Amino acid sequence: MWAFGRVSGFISLALFTASVLLGILNRSGRPLLVLPRFSISLLHRNIALVATVFLGLHVGSLLLDSFAKLNPVDIVVPFLGSFQPFWQGLGTVALDLVLAVVVTGLLRHRIGQRTFKAVHWLTYGIWPVAMAHALGNGTDASSGWFLLLAAASAVAVAAALLWRLSPTFLETSTARQGNLP
Amino acid sequence: MTAILHIDWTSCDGRGLCTELLPGVLDRDDWGYPVARGKSGRERTDVPLRDADREAAQEAVFLCPKLALSLQERVAPAREGRKPGR
Repeated sequence: MWAFGRVSGFISLALFTASVLLGILNRSGRPLLVLPRFSISLLHRNIALVATVFLGLHVGSLLLDSFAKLNPVDIVVPFLGSFQPFWQGLGTVALDLVLAVVVTGLLRHRIGQRTFKAVHWLTYGIWPVAMAHALGNGTDASSGWFLLLAAASAVAVAAALLWRLSPTFLETSTARQGNLP
Repeated sequence: MTAILHIDWTSCDGRGLCTELLPGVLDRDDWGYPVARGKSGRERTDVPLRDADREAAQEAVFLCPKLALSLQERVAPAREGRKPGR
């Protein structure tokens, strides 16, 4: 259970990273190589859902593990854990927010664009929180391969964020600026 | 009954997913917005669909990132010159 809990945590984080990157790419309105825009949209959603499943496995297995000493309350209320309550609490925060994002994402057509979008902005907060939880709480956080993966993910997300904020982010940005010099 | 793809221009941001899913129905202008092929006026906002395009249109409605599309079923307007009941 302990090993499984750790591995599922890594997989979940890696998949969420991929989903965030695809989400930013999708927002730009650009296709990726041979992938059309609607495929990126579906891939973004499906990878996020698979990541959520692994997040469930991560929490579920550690809940049953005797070493992690997780309380069912820790799933909902952050910062009450017995082992490193702050770092574990960040995981709880991320879990609760991910659930909110997933539910509003799946009910997008029912709740409307405005509510969906407002909640979806949370992902920009969730990702660093989840990464901090992995670094601060993970028992593998000092191993080289994990640090390498974490650093690569952080660089990728930061680069995507900078690109997101750049004036030429939108596929149609040049046309919409009226080709001004 | 004809299916009509309604484009809500206040929501549309020209992200181009619908033009990929309905290449035969929608073209894309220079700014990314969908333009109904061979249609003018009202039919650029309420685009009539052939039955073959209905499934793709449903996908487009589902995937539109701005929720700017909707499918409407509309009874075909009665032809001019025919008066029912006479």
